[in-house]
Amino acid sequence: MIEKALKGNKGYWAWLMFLLAIMGVGGMCYAQQFNYGLGITGMSRDVTWGLYISQFTFLVGVAAGGLMLVLPYYVHNYKAFGRITILGEFMAIAAVAMCLMFIIADLGQPMRAMNVMLHPTPNSMLFWDMIVLNGYLFLNIICGWQVLHAEYKGIKYPKWVKPFIYLSIPWAISIHTVTAFLYCGLPGRHFWLTAVLAPRFLASAFAAGPALLMVIALIMKKVANFDVGQEAKDKLVTIIGYAALVNFFLLGCEVFVGYYSNIPGHMHTLDYLFFGLGHGDHVFNNLVPFMRASVVMGVIGIITLFLSRVKKCDGMLAIACILIFISLWIDKGLGLVLGGFVPTPLEYVVEYVPSAVELGITAAVWATGFFILTILYKLVVSVKRVSES
Amino acid sequence: MDSKRRNFLKIAGLSAIAGIGAPSAFNMLLKGEALASGGHGAPAAQGEHGAAAVTGKRYGMVIDVKKFADNPGLAEQCVKTCHSIHNVPDFGNRKDEIKWVWAEKFQHTFPEHSQYKKNDGLNELPILTLCNHCDKPPCVRACPTKATFKNKDGIVAMDYHRCIGCRFCMAACPYGARSFNWRDPRGKDENGNPFIKELNPTFPTRMRGVVEKCNFCVERLAIGQIPACVEVASSAGALVFGDLNDPNSEVSEKLRSSFTIQRKPALGTHPSLFYII
Repeated sequence: MIEKALKGNKGYWAWLMFLLAIMGVGGMCYAQQFNYGLGITGMSRDVTWGLYISQFTFLVGVAAGGLMLVLPYYVHNYKAFGRITILGEFMAIAAVAMCLMFIIADLGQPMRAMNVMLHPTPNSMLFWDMIVLNGYLFLNIICGWQVLHAEYKGIKYPKWVKPFIYLSIPWAISIHTVTAFLYCGLPGRHFWLTAVLAPRFLASAFAAGPALLMVIALIMKKVANFDVGQEAKDKLVTIIGYAALVNFFLLGCEVFVGYYSNIPGHMHTLDYLFFGLGHGDHVFNNLVPFMRASVVMGVIGIITLFLSRVKKCDGMLAIACILIFISLWIDKGLGLVLGGFVPTPLEYVVEYVPSAVELGITAAVWATGFFILTILYKLVVSVKRVSES
Repeated sequence: MDSKRRNFLKIAGLSAIAGIGAPSAFNMLLKGEALASGGHGAPAAQGEHGAAAVTGKRYGMVIDVKKFADNPGLAEQCVKTCHSIHNVPDFGNRKDEIKWVWAEKFQHTFPEHSQYKKNDGLNELPILTLCNHCDKPPCVRACPTKATFKNKDGIVAMDYHRCIGCRFCMAACPYGARSFNWRDPRGKDENGNPFIKELNPTFPTRMRGVVEKCNFCVERLAIGQIPACVEVASSAGALVFGDLNDPNSEVSEKLRSSFTIQRKPALGTHPSLFYII
C-alpha cells in the first residue's frame, strides 16, 4: 500500500520537498542545541518550559480530537463520517509523533530518555503520559492502517481490530486528561491548579483537532478532488462549534473564580495574560496581544462557523476553522504553559521569548508532522479512489 | 420462616463484618492523612494522632533572620561557602543562573505574607532561601525517573546521573529551589574564565542538562560534619541544624522556645526549614 505515496503530481512533490527543507534546517538547529545545551533556547531558571512543551500540550489535544470522528462512526454507526474518520485517525498518528518529538527536544539529557521506562515511577504523571501517548500512537497505527489496508484489498477489516477501535475511544480521553494532570497537580502554580483544566483541555481539543481536519479536508477537496461530503462537514461544524463554546465557557469560569474571589494568586497569571502584570516599575505584557487576539478570533470564528453552515460556503467555513484553530493554539499552545510560570514561585515576573534556534526546531517538528500526515493522507486518497470507483 | 431467618442472619452477619471492617479500612486509608495533618511533621503533633512512634532522623534547620541582620555579610558568606564547596557554576546572568542557597527579600521568600502596613525593616532583612527538604516533596512526586528522591533522614537528594532533564521537578517545586544546567557548567566563558571559579575536587561537578539544588550537605553529614552554611553561621547562632525527631536536639529545643514560620504552609509540603523573623 505504501507504494501509493511514491506516485504524485508536481504539487505533491514540491510540498514534500518544502517540508523536508524545513526539517533539514531544524535538524541543524537541533544539532546546535544538542552540542550547546538547552541554554540556546529562551528558557530560563524561572520559565523552565517554553515552546516545546507548550506545542506538545497543544498537539496532544489535536491527537485526542480524532475521537470526535471515531466515536460517531464506529460506536454510533454514523455513516456520513465514512471518508473522514480515517483522516482523523491518521491525524492522531502525526500529532502524537510530533508530541514525542517535542518531548525529546525538550529533554536536557535526551540520551537518557529510556530512564522513564528503566525506572518506572507510577507517582509521576510524566510516566503515565509516556504510557498513554505511546499507547495511543500504536492504537491509531493499528486501527488506521488495518482499516485502510482492508479497503485497499477490497475486504472488510479483520474482527480483532474492533476491540482496539473501541479501546482507542477512552484512550483518547486519557491522553489529554493525563496531560492536564501534568499541570493541575502541581502545588504553588495557581494558574494550573484548577479542576477544570482537564475538561478545558478536552473541550479545546475537540474543537482544535476537528478544525484542523476540516481545513485539511477542504484543501484536499481543492487539490486532490477528495470530498468528505456535505453531511460530514455539517456535523463537524456542530462538533467544533459546541466544543469551542464549552472551551470559552470554561475560560470564563476561570476568569470569574480568579477575579470574584480576589485571591491574588488566582488573578496574577490572568492579569499577565490579558492585561499585563506590573512588577517593580515595569509592566510585563508580552503575551497580551496574543491572548486578546485569541479571544477575538475565537468569538469571530464561532460566529462565522455557524454562519458558513447556513450559507453552505466552503470559503467561509475554512476561514472560521482557521480562526478557531489559531485562537485555540494561542490559548493552549502559548498562554497556558508560558503563563503558568508567571509570576515565579517567589513572585518575580520573568518573561520568555523563544530563540531563533528554538523556533527552527519547533518549525521542523511541525514540518515532520505534516510530512507524516501528507504521506498518510496520500495513501487514503489513493486507496479510497480505487475502492469507491 | 426459615428462609427469613436465614436472610436475617446473613444481613446481620454482613453488617457486623462491615461494621468492624469499615472503620479499620477507613483508618488505614486515613492514616497517611492523619500523619500528614499532624502539624509540620513535628513528632509531638504526630503522636497526638496515635500514630506509631517516630523512628529515625529527620534533619531540619532553623533560620534566625535577625541574627543575619545583626551580622551584615553573613548571609553572603554562607552562600559563597556553599557554592564554592559544591562547585556551583557562576554564569553571570539570571537566565542560566544556578543557585543552591541565596539571600532573598522577605516579600519574595514569603509572598503569601502580604499586608497593608509592613514593618519597614522587614524588606531589608536578608532571608536565607534554600531547598525546604519537604516531608511531602512535590518534586519527588513529579520526577519520572526517581532521579530526585527523599532519603530516610528526610533529605531530598538528586541523582545527577539518572536525571533526564525534563524539569518537571522545577515546575513542581513551589519554592523555586531548583536550578537547571542550561549549559555546560564545566565550560568557560568567552574570555576563557571557567564557570566554576575554584574547583573542589572532593565534590562532583555536574553535567549539562540536569537539575540540581541544595542537598543539605549530605556528603558532609556522612562524615560527621554539619552543613557548610551552618558551620559558617554557627558563631553567630544564625542557623541551627539537627534532628527534628530528637526532642533533645538543639533544633528541637529552638523550635519549642521560639515562634517560627514556614514558607507556604498551606500547600501541605511540610518543609524542614523554619524561620525566626
